[in-house]
Amino acid sequence: MSNDDISRFEKSKKEWEETTLKKTLSARPERAEKFITTSSRPIKRLYTPTSFSPDDYLKKEGFPGQYPYTRGVHATGYRGKLWTMRMFAGFGTAEETNQRFKYLLEQGQTGLSIAFDMPTLYGYDTDAPQALGEFGKCGVAISSMRDMEVLLDGLPLDKVSTSMTINSPAAVIWAMFIAVADKRGIARKKLAGTIQNDILKEYIAQKEYIFPPKPSMRLVTDTIEFGTEHLPLWNTISISGYHIREAGSTAAQELAFTLGDGIEYVKWAIERGLDVDAFAPRLSFFFNAHNDFFEEIAKYRAARRIWAKVMREQFGAKNPRSWLMRFHTQTAGASLTAQQPENNIARVAIQALAAVLGGTQSLHTNSMDEALALPSEMAVRVALRTQQIIAHESGVANTVDPLGGSYFVEQLTDEMEAEAWDYFEKVEALGGVLPAIEAGFFQQEIADAAYRYQHEIDTRQRIVVGVNEYDTEEQLQIPILEMDPQGYEVQVARLNEVRRTRDNRAVKSRLADLRAAAKGNKNTMPVILDAVKEYATLQEIMDVFRDVFGEYQEQAII
Amino acid sequence: MPERKIRVLVAKPGLDGHDRGAKVVARALRDAGMEVIYTGLRQTPEMIVESALQEDVDVVGLSILSGAHMALLPIIAQRLKEADMEHVLIVAGGIIPDEDIEKLKEAGIDAVFNPGTPTQEIVDFITSHVTLD
Repeated sequence: MSNDDISRFEKSKKEWEETTLKKTLSARPERAEKFITTSSRPIKRLYTPTSFSPDDYLKKEGFPGQYPYTRGVHATGYRGKLWTMRMFAGFGTAEETNQRFKYLLEQGQTGLSIAFDMPTLYGYDTDAPQALGEFGKCGVAISSMRDMEVLLDGLPLDKVSTSMTINSPAAVIWAMFIAVADKRGIARKKLAGTIQNDILKEYIAQKEYIFPPKPSMRLVTDTIEFGTEHLPLWNTISISGYHIREAGSTAAQELAFTLGDGIEYVKWAIERGLDVDAFAPRLSFFFNAHNDFFEEIAKYRAARRIWAKVMREQFGAKNPRSWLMRFHTQTAGASLTAQQPENNIARVAIQALAAVLGGTQSLHTNSMDEALALPSEMAVRVALRTQQIIAHESGVANTVDPLGGSYFVEQLTDEMEAEAWDYFEKVEALGGVLPAIEAGFFQQEIADAAYRYQHEIDTRQRIVVGVNEYDTEEQLQIPILEMDPQGYEVQVARLNEVRRTRDNRAVKSRLADLRAAAKGNKNTMPVILDAVKEYATLQEIMDVFRDVFGEYQEQAII
Repeated sequence: MPERKIRVLVAKPGLDGHDRGAKVVARALRDAGMEVIYTGLRQTPEMIVESALQEDVDVVGLSILSGAHMALLPIIAQRLKEADMEHVLIVAGGIIPDEDIEKLKEAGIDAVFNPGTPTQEIVDFITSHVTLD
């Protein structure tokens, strides 16, 4: 387009402002002086084209399935294959969770996702003193390979992919999974799935760390190396913004901190001597889907574009599969309200729709009752049905990136990208991700954003339906999940039987091998596998690491 | 002489690391003019009682989101009582179902604040229940 065309456009815009807009505003002023997103980002009244050049389109958006992937990683979007509907589940004993998985598969779910209980996440066995009261509360308890055998019993591990939300003890839990598959004769190269294994966001947000950052990063790099060699279909890490957002960050912080973590993992793997194109295609991401519809969509689109640039330009990756970002999405737990919980169905639907329009590869939709307790079966079904309605009834999966070209969405995408690059520079100035963690940089940024958000609600600058507006006295009774009251005894009995019947001499010797490996610099995965196969417990293995690596204490920041 | 400030210990018992609520509340109490001590994560009941004693607080605020509240909160209330801190106001927040709230109150927790509680409500509850000597 010529300069003449542009000036004609600007002239028309100005005329509109001075006539139609002015008249409307004088007849009816706007509802607020300023409009902001969930992340307090100011939003303009109207977005109009900023560019009339096909070159800009090709550079910034391009075509789906091609660099820089702004419009998605598949050339045909969801016309080829819908996203994977993957509901995160886990509670109580391995038996109970196994039953829930079978139910979800019968209901049309297409992938498994395992939640572990707190003791497991911290590398404690169920009967450890630190585990008091925590058994099975927010996930399934796995203390040894025997529990994993029960958990996976009858599940088609070679046909569905399995995601495991586990971080500090990721290598050990993954080894238990692989050991069960080995025992069932399923080839390792056929195993598909993901371990979260993202320790950096634990220091930044979720705080389920055990060891100091450096030995933790070494264990993560061990799993990346092992997976690259032996499990080509396994995502050895799911670099997660979800928890950063839940801790209170803005959308742009979620984007920037997550991708910054991703860059750090790539650096460590390259340092280990791995070829970037050998491991990068198996890096996966995990984002939050919060309430602010367009800001979320812009976040996913910006994430793909930034990652493609980083991998190609900064790390020199040559394989296009290394450039493209695949991600899982979960709707925002922190957005759910305990008041009028049925309203959460509507929130989840809006959030899920944003994830789909943002091009997610898989999706978990939260259940309406999660601000109150673990989800009941009925609530989980409604959440899964929400995804199925989006997929089959809404029509949004019929075309690729339906919002591409929206003046608003494209400009928000650019803004999000620019903010992320600014943050990368700030972190670099602090000496990188690890020093920034130790300095409490991310933690402070998140705490500030969380406080601002709460303040906006408290002062009613932000309306939360059913909480600070439209509240009712009426209490809705929703069914709450009851767990097997005998679960703890079942689990501890199994654990004691394992300790009694295994070859305790072999366990001792494997743990000694593990200690030597931890002190040295060889990959720990093969020795962990040997130890779990002898039924060494999770805590026995993690205690060796605690002893060798030490435990991390953070500076508490308000 | 200016009145002394209300002293509050904000603590995270249990294993969960979800500290968003604890931090937001800690900051709101501080902004409301209280002196706030935040323990950080993974505090055992013993550690919490020890900190409450050492810091000579008027209020103990407990934040827990893992579901282990029924196992941990009554123990903390009991231990505070045993340590002659019966006068200390104990408040809790987190994902706590209604049916548990009654039981916690019987066990000595003075108030339980659910998700969505305005921070001002917590401030008001504390200022109206603490008498400074």
